[in-house]
Amino acid sequence: MIKDFVKGLWRENPVFVQVLGMCPTLAVTTKALFGLSMGMATLFVLVSSGMVISAIRRFVPRQVRIPIFTVIIATFVTAADYFLKANFYEISKALGPYVPLIVVNCIILGRAEAFASKHGVARSFLDAAGMGIGFTLALIVLGSVRELLGSGTVFGYRVMWAGFTDWIIMVLPAGAFITLGLLVGVFNMMDKRFMKRAEEK
Amino acid sequence: MTDKKSSVVKIILSLTLVGMVSGSLLVSVYNYAMPKIKTNVRAGTEKAIKNIFPETEEIKNTKEEGVFRAVGENGKFLGYAILAEGNGYQGIIKLIVGVNEDMSEMTGMEVLESQETPGLGAEIAGEAFRKQFEGLSLKHAMEYLKNQKPQEPYQIEAITGATISSRAVVNLLNERLDSVREKLKLKKI
Repeated sequence: MIKDFVKGLWRENPVFVQVLGMCPTLAVTTKALFGLSMGMATLFVLVSSGMVISAIRRFVPRQVRIPIFTVIIATFVTAADYFLKANFYEISKALGPYVPLIVVNCIILGRAEAFASKHGVARSFLDAAGMGIGFTLALIVLGSVRELLGSGTVFGYRVMWAGFTDWIIMVLPAGAFITLGLLVGVFNMMDKRFMKRAEEK
Repeated sequence: MTDKKSSVVKIILSLTLVGMVSGSLLVSVYNYAMPKIKTNVRAGTEKAIKNIFPETEEIKNTKEEGVFRAVGENGKFLGYAILAEGNGYQGIIKLIVGVNEDMSEMTGMEVLESQETPGLGAEIAGEAFRKQFEGLSLKHAMEYLKNQKPQEPYQIEAITGATISSRAVVNLLNERLDSVREKLKLKKI
C-alpha cells in the first residue's frame, strides 16, 4: 500500500513524468510561494475528491461517471477558492484565476478515473496524497528556480548578491518552458542513475 | 426494456442527488466565507486609503459612488480617494488613487485587485511602479513611456515586459478622473 503513496512522488510524478496539469504548473510558478499555495490547493482537492469518489464508486452509473466526478471536483475547488479568499486574501489575489481553474486540471480527473473509481478509500487517499505532494514539490522546485533567477529571491528571501541582474525571461512564459524542460531532463538523468545502481545491486 | 428504463432512472437520480448535495455544501461554504471576504475587501480599501493619506482619521463617502473624502485630525480635508477599474491584460484591474482638492495632483496609487501575470503585470502593485504616481501632475492627461525615464511631470515609465498592464492603468485612470472631475464639477483640464 505504501507504493500507492510513493509512486506519485517520483516514479509517476505528475509533473516530471506524467507531464499533467501543465496550465497551473507553467502559469503560477513565477514565485516559490505561489507554487506552494497552488500545490496545497490542488492537494486538498485531489485528496478530498479522490476519497469521496472512491467511497461512492459502486453507486455511480458508468454512463454518467464523468459528469458526477466533475461536479464533486468542482465543489471542492469552489470551497478551496472561498477558503483562500476568506483566510489568505493576499495569496488568493496573487493566484488569480488559477485556483478556480483547478477544476480542469487533468491530474484530478485523471486520478479519479484511473485510481479512485477502482480502489478503496484508504488506497485512494494514499494515491491522491502522493500525487498531490509530488505535484506540490515539483511546483516548489520550479517556482524556486524561476524566482531565484528571475527576481534573485527564494520564498521572498534575497539569495543573490546585490548587483545581480534579474533574468526577466525566467518570470515570463518562456522561462517556464525552459525551466520545465531542463528540470524534466535532470529528473530523467537522475532516474536513469538510480535504475543503474539498482540493477547493479 | 425495463433494464434500460431503470438505468435511465438511476442516471437521473444519481446526477440530481450529487448536484443537490454539492449545492447545499457550497451554500454553507459561501455563508461561512462571504462575510470574511467582504471584511477583507473593505479592510483592503481602508488600508489603501491610509497608505495614500497617512494622516487619515476618518473616511467619508461622497455623493459619488467610489469617491471618498479622506479626513484628518480636526476635520482637516486631506484629499479625495477615488476607486477606478478597467480591463487589464488578463482581467479587471481595480485601483484606488488619491488626489488633492482641485485634482491637479495625484497623491498616490494603490492596486486593490488585479489578475495580471504574476511577476510581470502584477508589478503594477509593486513599489517602484506605484511611487511614480506620487506627486504626478494631473494638469495634463497622463502618459506612459517605454524604457525611458519620464520627461514631463505627467509621465510615468511603463514596466518592462508589462506595457499592456501599465497602459491599462494609465488609460483607466485618465478616463475615471475625467468623469469624476465632471461629476464633482471641477474645472476640466
